[in-house]
Amino acid sequence: MALPRPEELISDVNLKKMPSKPWMDTLPVEFKPGFYCYGAKGKNLAYVDMPNARDFHVTDPDWKLPEDWKNIVIQGIKQRIERFRTFHVFMDICVRCGACADKCHFFIGTGDPKNMPVLRAELLRSVYRKYFTSSGKIFGRNGGARELDLDVLKELWYYFYQCTECRRCSLFCPYGIDTAEITIMARELLNLLGLNTDWISGPVANCYRTGNHLGIEPHTMKSTLEFMCNDIEDITGIRIEPPINKKGAEILFVTPSGDLFADPGIYNCMGYMMLFHEIGLDYTWSTFACEGGNFGFFTSLEMAKRLHSKIYEEAKRLKVKWILGGECGHMWRVWHQYHDTWFGPIDFLEVPVSPITGTKFEHAKSTKIVHISEFTADLIRHGVLKFDKSRNDNLIVTFHDSCNVSRGMGMFEEPRYIIKNVCNHFYDMPDETIREQTFCCGSGSGLNAGEIMEQRMRGGFPRANAVRYVHEKFGVNLVANICAIDRAALPPLMNYWVPGVRVSGVTELVANAMIMKGEKEREMNLRMEPLPGKGGE
Amino acid sequence: MGIGLALITVLGLIFFAYFGTAVVGLNALFAIVFPYAAFIIFVLGFIYRIVKWGKSPVPYRIPTTAGQHYSSLWFKQNKIDNPSTAWGVALRMFFEVFTFRSLFRNTKAELLQGRLYVGSSKWLWLGAIAFHYSFLVIFLRHMRFFTPETPWVIDTIESLDSFLQVHILGSPLLYITNLTILAALLYLLGRRILDPKIKYISLPSDYFPLFLILGIITTGILMRYFFKVDVTAIKELTLGLVYFKPVVPKGIGSLFYIHLFLVSILFAYFPFSKLMHMGGVFLSPTRNLANNNRMERHVNPWEYPVKHRHYEEYEDEFREKMKKAGIPVEKE
Repeated sequence: MALPRPEELISDVNLKKMPSKPWMDTLPVEFKPGFYCYGAKGKNLAYVDMPNARDFHVTDPDWKLPEDWKNIVIQGIKQRIERFRTFHVFMDICVRCGACADKCHFFIGTGDPKNMPVLRAELLRSVYRKYFTSSGKIFGRNGGARELDLDVLKELWYYFYQCTECRRCSLFCPYGIDTAEITIMARELLNLLGLNTDWISGPVANCYRTGNHLGIEPHTMKSTLEFMCNDIEDITGIRIEPPINKKGAEILFVTPSGDLFADPGIYNCMGYMMLFHEIGLDYTWSTFACEGGNFGFFTSLEMAKRLHSKIYEEAKRLKVKWILGGECGHMWRVWHQYHDTWFGPIDFLEVPVSPITGTKFEHAKSTKIVHISEFTADLIRHGVLKFDKSRNDNLIVTFHDSCNVSRGMGMFEEPRYIIKNVCNHFYDMPDETIREQTFCCGSGSGLNAGEIMEQRMRGGFPRANAVRYVHEKFGVNLVANICAIDRAALPPLMNYWVPGVRVSGVTELVANAMIMKGEKEREMNLRMEPLPGKGGE
Repeated sequence: MGIGLALITVLGLIFFAYFGTAVVGLNALFAIVFPYAAFIIFVLGFIYRIVKWGKSPVPYRIPTTAGQHYSSLWFKQNKIDNPSTAWGVALRMFFEVFTFRSLFRNTKAELLQGRLYVGSSKWLWLGAIAFHYSFLVIFLRHMRFFTPETPWVIDTIESLDSFLQVHILGSPLLYITNLTILAALLYLLGRRILDPKIKYISLPSDYFPLFLILGIITTGILMRYFFKVDVTAIKELTLGLVYFKPVVPKGIGSLFYIHLFLVSILFAYFPFSKLMHMGGVFLSPTRNLANNNRMERHVNPWEYPVKHRHYEEYEDEFREKMKKAGIPVEKE
């Protein structure tokens, strides 16, 4: 479906005008093309034993739900209220102050009031009140409560698959109510009825079988890495042999599979291999633990755990000392905030120590996993790497903070430090749009499907708007980031809103500027385009 | 949604108290039974809610990180907004509870000619701070009615609150908090009515406490500045409640009973309403946990083993392809 021109897209948005009907009276929800993902396929649900596996078509009036679906949802809410203090407290304490309302990129881009975090949460809260609170039972609608029926269920589905779990709202909430947590719970409930999307359930099934979302089988992964190494040889004259499933390596390296497959992730992947080669790192890839990302996290926490169990198991099988993680957003949220609880104590690995600089990563002493940006920043600080920054002189760079790394971990300085050491031109976007206040790419949490493009372009508008600002002011032409979803989602977003701005991972920039021992004089960057001053124009 | 309902309910409560005392003369009901009942409901209800929340475990440690994290590298950590220790968390919670730090961060997004502008917006923070601190001071000032000898702290608060030394129409000294709480309440109510977004999300239970507290404040102000009430008699009543020797002194008008009844309603309503955010904010796992996830393991009491694919299974499926590609395998 063709999108309207950018200036038309946003012109119908009025954040100050609300519908005349109260929000409880606007059912049934209209499934507008471009605003929802296609339903899950039965075979993908069945492959990972999800309930009610059947082909699910969103616009079919009959969703082929189990007979007692309502009871399943209500019991599901009860179980989660009893298990998660987050969910329990967040269902109870919202005062509807509205501080979160205009913090959501989807609300800003659509003007749909149900995209206000407070109202997104109220969709579920109203059901919770009806069945679990005395005020809801007694006062009904006047107590903000409503019955769960099929129309309400469809509305829940529509709007909880319009949230990217970016947590920007939770930053501004005076009580720290986290819509991501509510969305996670809501999606768990929907998945009890087999109501997932194709874009999430497909990768989940792939990931379970092959270890990665894309379904890349081991031999293909090897040849993919080798193809990249061919390119690296063309560019640098240096031949790299990627170590795969190598037992006894010191470090297991895991990155999102997006880096193995699509432009511009592949350049980042080349960058990793060049960096590791240059410092002589004793590491290995695993063809099974070949996915740091986790679409299970967008299905249920249990599914997330099922998909990531392989990582520590592979670390154990391959007898490595610790794990190094590539650039990815939700991967790092899961690794940082959930892994140790799920898989710990990790007593078969060692506290990570950089074999090059000797830096002991004490802050990862329990999980034994270090972020590539932490690792690289440390290398740079110790003067291990030599750079020719002028190779990146055609790039005027800004940095997009990925939501999960920002608000689920707090890593802001490392990537900026790296970029400033390998690029001469760096400009941050305005303060209200970066670091902990960063705006989402609009495509996270499994929403980067093609069929939901209009919602993505609208949701990504606040991010693009800030890029446009530095593009016009400083001539910025590259958005660097440390997230595979960003690398997949930002290129179409930039093409739409700010043509002429490209997207890259941070390690690509590092590798491009890095002077490698024994390299030939470089003529091309990792994308095989002429380096600045090396012909072309 | 529901502003009328909330207003009518509060007016109904006022009329009920007036009718019950001035017409029917059930003063003891309003002076003794309702306040005691309300107090008991408040205490038990509050404890019940906190215990109920507390019974739900915190399976995962998921703080919202709002600043640079602690790491073994040289970057300066933001110890308040991204704490890694219990002390840091204590500081974060202190600023959250006493200064509404998250709300202070508030911004406003506006679309103008297809462009987005995000700017600082502190009005909501100011209104919230003004309301909550005024309420606290007023609450503390009222302790003079519940103590035989007014403690010096209360005296000090009173004199600070009235330091403007202004009299209205020859009435007692004006309390600053009377003005600030009225202004704050009218602002908080006003934005619910005038901001289309806030109006759209508001429930009757959002308007009700505002009208209820407005009623309490208004009756309080009327009693202090405009209609002289017999303070000695009122203190006899309140002290009687404290010492469990309840009395119903003569000469206390309906205005006071309306005031007292609305306060009783507020207490009884509190544990079952959004006003419990007062207790809930302390239990919010995105704020009260340290971001030390990679250093210290957080244990989930109900964590259970999950079915997942093991390497052996994977290799069984792909062994031939792996061997052909020269990838090492476990079983040849």
